[in-house]
Amino acid sequence: MLEARDLTKSFGSVAAVRGVSFNARDGQITGLLGANGAGKSTTLRMLYTVLKPDAGDALIDNVSVTADPLAARRAIGVLSHGAGVYGHLTARENITYFGELHGLGVDDREKRAVELIDLLEMKSFADRPAKGFSQGQKLKTALARALVHRPRNVLLDEPTNGLDVMAVRNLRALLTQLRDAGHCVLFSSHVMQEVEQLCDEVVVIAGGQVVAAGALADIRARAGNAQLEDAFVRLMDEGETP
Amino acid sequence: MNLRGIWAVFRKEFRENLRDRRTLLSALVFGPVFGPVAVALMVQFMIRHNVVQSDQNIQIAVSHGDRSPNLLAYLTARGVDVTLVQLNEESARKAVASQAHKIVLEIPEDFGSRLEHGEPAPVILYSDSSRAFDQRGVGRVRALVAQYGLEIAQLRFLARGIEPISVLPISVQEIDVSTPTSRSVLVLNMMSYLVLLSMLFGGLYLAMDATAGERERGSLEMLLTTPVPRENLIYGKIAAAGAYMLISLVLTVTMFAVAISFVGLEQLGASANLGPRAAATMIACCAPLLVFGASYLTIISAFAKSYREAQTYVGLLITIPTMPLVFAGLLGLQSKPLLMFVPFLSQHLLLTTVVRAEPLDPSYVATSVVSTLVYGVLLMWVAGRLYRREALLG
Repeated sequence: MLEARDLTKSFGSVAAVRGVSFNARDGQITGLLGANGAGKSTTLRMLYTVLKPDAGDALIDNVSVTADPLAARRAIGVLSHGAGVYGHLTARENITYFGELHGLGVDDREKRAVELIDLLEMKSFADRPAKGFSQGQKLKTALARALVHRPRNVLLDEPTNGLDVMAVRNLRALLTQLRDAGHCVLFSSHVMQEVEQLCDEVVVIAGGQVVAAGALADIRARAGNAQLEDAFVRLMDEGETP
Repeated sequence: MNLRGIWAVFRKEFRENLRDRRTLLSALVFGPVFGPVAVALMVQFMIRHNVVQSDQNIQIAVSHGDRSPNLLAYLTARGVDVTLVQLNEESARKAVASQAHKIVLEIPEDFGSRLEHGEPAPVILYSDSSRAFDQRGVGRVRALVAQYGLEIAQLRFLARGIEPISVLPISVQEIDVSTPTSRSVLVLNMMSYLVLLSMLFGGLYLAMDATAGERERGSLEMLLTTPVPRENLIYGKIAAAGAYMLISLVLTVTMFAVAISFVGLEQLGASANLGPRAAATMIACCAPLLVFGASYLTIISAFAKSYREAQTYVGLLITIPTMPLVFAGLLGLQSKPLLMFVPFLSQHLLLTTVVRAEPLDPSYVATSVVSTLVYGVLLMWVAGRLYRREALLG
């Protein structure tokens, strides 16, 4: 369960995020939709504790990211934008390294790596150095790394960028699987079709503010339009012109 | 403090860089091999020149030698090989400049007549002082000519009934107090510089890769979402860089000891003190610098946005800590209590003492070790603070 409460962040004179509030519930996939530069990444970065909000707070399973960031980090798995892997380590070593950082014992992290390699169908490249990996293989490795400590909440920043169709399908299947297992999944995207296919709830961000939030059907209704794309464009326009 | 986290980061960085060719080359090959080999070759070169010069006859060209056959005979009898030439001033200068003849002695036309009339008779000695290895020959020729003149003077005094000894009121006796070992320090002085530089280079690539490189590859952000405090992550990276520096240090000192034992300094009349005991002492004197050096390199790299930028910064800044060594060499600085507070310089002075086989002052060693460690821990703390900045993400 993720709760953003009036998150605010500026970089110098640029107000990147201006009072963003929303909830992302367990057992649901929540999409953070917005154009490039709308404030999606900054919002996510505050949620996964690498940026401190100027004002506001976020709760991860009721733990405040500002008061206790270390505890909050234990409850989240993160796939950051363009996440890189360690080229000189194998996929398996990439996974166990993060397991160790999360405090897993040797047996536990090895066992967990086997599970994840199985789940994400990584067997064919699990013990090869990561520097020769394709985009899809890198993503799987990074994703497995993010899930090694069995986080209840999973945050992904534009995870489908640069992936081919098959990889996107695989990712979609995996996110659905996580949702069905009761995880709270939050991901950002600027591709409407993606959000439409995958999300239970959508939060639309424009100009650093939430311009719409709720189930897909509600958002379409609010914008008075059946096509999400048109609704999206209208909402964004509203957000950009205060 | 999350010790498990620090240990995890340390092991991962150590292992990852063990598979990186650049790190391995810089830590285990460049410094430890090239430095000692270069110094050994230089020493060998100097030994050969020294030995050759003191044993061999000096080759000189004498222009218009027919004007003073006695002088020629005098020189020839004292280890000077004379080639007779006919040169004027201009062609003599050219001959030396082009190294056709390294030394030219010209006897002017009026040499004989002035000598006869008891006037000072000039001879002209052409040489090129920018060629260091010819200077000994020039000095010997000059001394021989002066000696010849003195002998003529003594004959003149005798002819006038004056005791020749009375016109030599002062006689200079030179005594060189340099022991064989202290003489070898001249040759080996640059060794401590190379040891310290090689040690720094050992951790260089790891420090850049673990900070600027990690950010560039996009894995830093995910690393920061793990429940290990940020400063602990950087402590692990500093420790890994320090470990590579230690390996580089041990290898370099060992290689120096081996290389020096091969070139045979005893031919120079010098024996370098580089046995296992001295080598171990040198490593121990330098070890406190590991924290300082690794933190220094990490801080520089952490400021850079990319690996390339880090390379630029490090290239510029890596020589700064070793600057005092250059000054020490130029000024001939000796160990002083105050200098023991200067990192790198204090280690340099201690290394020099060890190589000279002189006793180490325990208070100097203690000052150097403690002050260097304090600076190192301070720098490490600064690195930790840097890693807590948000601007780190770029």
